[in-house]
Amino acid sequence: MQLPDAEILLTRLIGEIQPEISGSTALVGIYTGGVWLAERMHQSLGIRLPLGTLDVSFYRDDFDQIGLHPKVKPSDIPFEVEGSHIILVDDVLYTGRTIRAAINELFDYGRPASIRLATLVDRGGREMPITAQFVGATIVLPEEKMLALEQGNDGRLSLSLYNKNPVEQ
Amino acid sequence: MNKNPQLNKHGELQHLLTTEGLPSPILLNILDTAESFVGVTERDIKKVPLLRGKSIFNLFFEPSTRTQTTFEIAAKRLSADVVNLNIAASSQSKGETLLDTVDNLSAMHADMFIVRHSQSGAAHLIARHVRPEIHVINAGDGRHAHPTQALLDMFTIRHYKRDFNNLRVAIVGDILHSRVARSQIHALTTLGVPEIRVIAPKTLLPNKVERLGVHVYHDMEQGLKDIDVLLMLRLQNERMLGASLPSSEEYFKYYGLTQEKLSLAKQDAIVLHPGPMNRGIEIDSAVADGKQSVILPQVTFGIAVRMAVMSILTGN
Repeated sequence: MQLPDAEILLTRLIGEIQPEISGSTALVGIYTGGVWLAERMHQSLGIRLPLGTLDVSFYRDDFDQIGLHPKVKPSDIPFEVEGSHIILVDDVLYTGRTIRAAINELFDYGRPASIRLATLVDRGGREMPITAQFVGATIVLPEEKMLALEQGNDGRLSLSLYNKNPVEQ
Repeated sequence: MNKNPQLNKHGELQHLLTTEGLPSPILLNILDTAESFVGVTERDIKKVPLLRGKSIFNLFFEPSTRTQTTFEIAAKRLSADVVNLNIAASSQSKGETLLDTVDNLSAMHADMFIVRHSQSGAAHLIARHVRPEIHVINAGDGRHAHPTQALLDMFTIRHYKRDFNNLRVAIVGDILHSRVARSQIHALTTLGVPEIRVIAPKTLLPNKVERLGVHVYHDMEQGLKDIDVLLMLRLQNERMLGASLPSSEEYFKYYGLTQEKLSLAKQDAIVLHPGPMNRGIEIDSAVADGKQSVILPQVTFGIAVRMAVMSILTGN
C-alpha cells in the first residue's frame, strides 16, 4: 500500500491551522509522534505561547489490561491553561481513547477556553465521540494494521505500516 | 519456587521487598517513572486517575510518621483509596497473628499492602502468603531492608549528580542496625557506583561488612576525602543506652557531620538523611539547613518514587 509523504501532510496541516492562530493559541503535542509534529508546527506557525507536551500514560483506560508504559515521559505544560485556546496534536487518530485521556489530563492543569485537535492521519475506527478539526489525510485501514510516524536521523518524518501484535494505537 | 520472590514469572516486579537482587533495568525504570510523577506533584491538581478504585492498606506494626504519610499521599495522588492501620494499637494487642490480620484485610478486597514491621522478613512472609493479584511493598522490616527509602535516595543522587558511574559515596553512622544502609548499598552497587564507603565506629558496623563490596573507615576525616555524596544515618537513641556508644557528645565529636568535616568532601558534595534527624548528634544544624543539604528535596522526591513503585506493581 502506498502511504502519503508525512512531510507533505505536515505542510498541508500547517496551512490549515495558519488562519486559526491567535495570541492565546497554544500547541500541545502528544508523545511521541505528536510532539515531533507539534515542534515543527510551533516553529513554522510562530506561536507565542511555549510548546506543551503530554504523555497520557497516567490517564489511559487500559492500565488494568496492559500496565504502565515502561518509558513514561514527563508531561510539561509551560503556559497558563486557564482561558487558553489549545490545539492538541497527535500523529494518528484511531479509537479516540488517547485523545480522551489527553483532554482529561489537560483539565488537571486548568480550564481551557477551547480544545481542538490536529492529526496528521485520521484512520477511522473511532470508539469515542471524538473528531479532529485539522486533518492531514484520511486513510481507512484494516484493524490488524498499525500506522506509525517515524523520525529519521535528519529529522525527516515518514509513515510506516505494520502488522499489529496487540500493540494499541 | 521462583528464585526471587519479588518477581513474577515474566521477570516483572510483583512485590518490592528489598533492593537486593533487583536488576538495574528494574531500578532505573522506577527512577524514570518517578521523573514523570515529579511533574504531577508540582501541578495545581496533584492527582492522576491511575489507581482509581484500588484499595491500599498501610500496615504499620511499628510507628512511623514520615514514611506512612508519604505512602498515604502517594496513594491518594494516584486516586487510590488508602486505609491506615496502626496495628501496634489494635488487633495485635488482642492476640491476632500477623497472617490472620492480612487474611482479614484481603477479605476486604485489598489490592496492596504497605508493610512496616520491627521483625526482619515480615513483608516477605506476607508476600508469600497473599493471593497473586495482591502486591506488597516493604516499608521497612527490622534491620533488613527499606527499599523505597533507598530508591528515593538514588533518585535524589541522580537528580543532583546525573550519573552513578563516577561517584564516591559515603554512608555514615549506625550501619549495624540500619535497614536503610543495607538497601542503599545494594542499590548503589547495582546502579554502578564504583566506590562506596562506610564510616562508623567498630561497634556500629556489622561483622564482615566488606563482603558487601564497601570500603570501611573508622576515621571520618579520612573517609570523607573526595566524597561526592554523603548518606547520613539516624542514630537511634536507644543505642545510647546500650554498650555500643559512650555518649551522644562523644559520637557527635567523632562522627557528627559539621561544616568543618563536610569541607573535607568535594566542594559540590551533597548531604542526604532519611529522617527524622537528631540535630547535634549525627548532624549539625548548620549542615542540615545548609546549602549542600538536599534533605527536604528527598522528602518531595520520595512521594514521586512511591507513586512510581505503586503504579508499576499494580500494572504488572
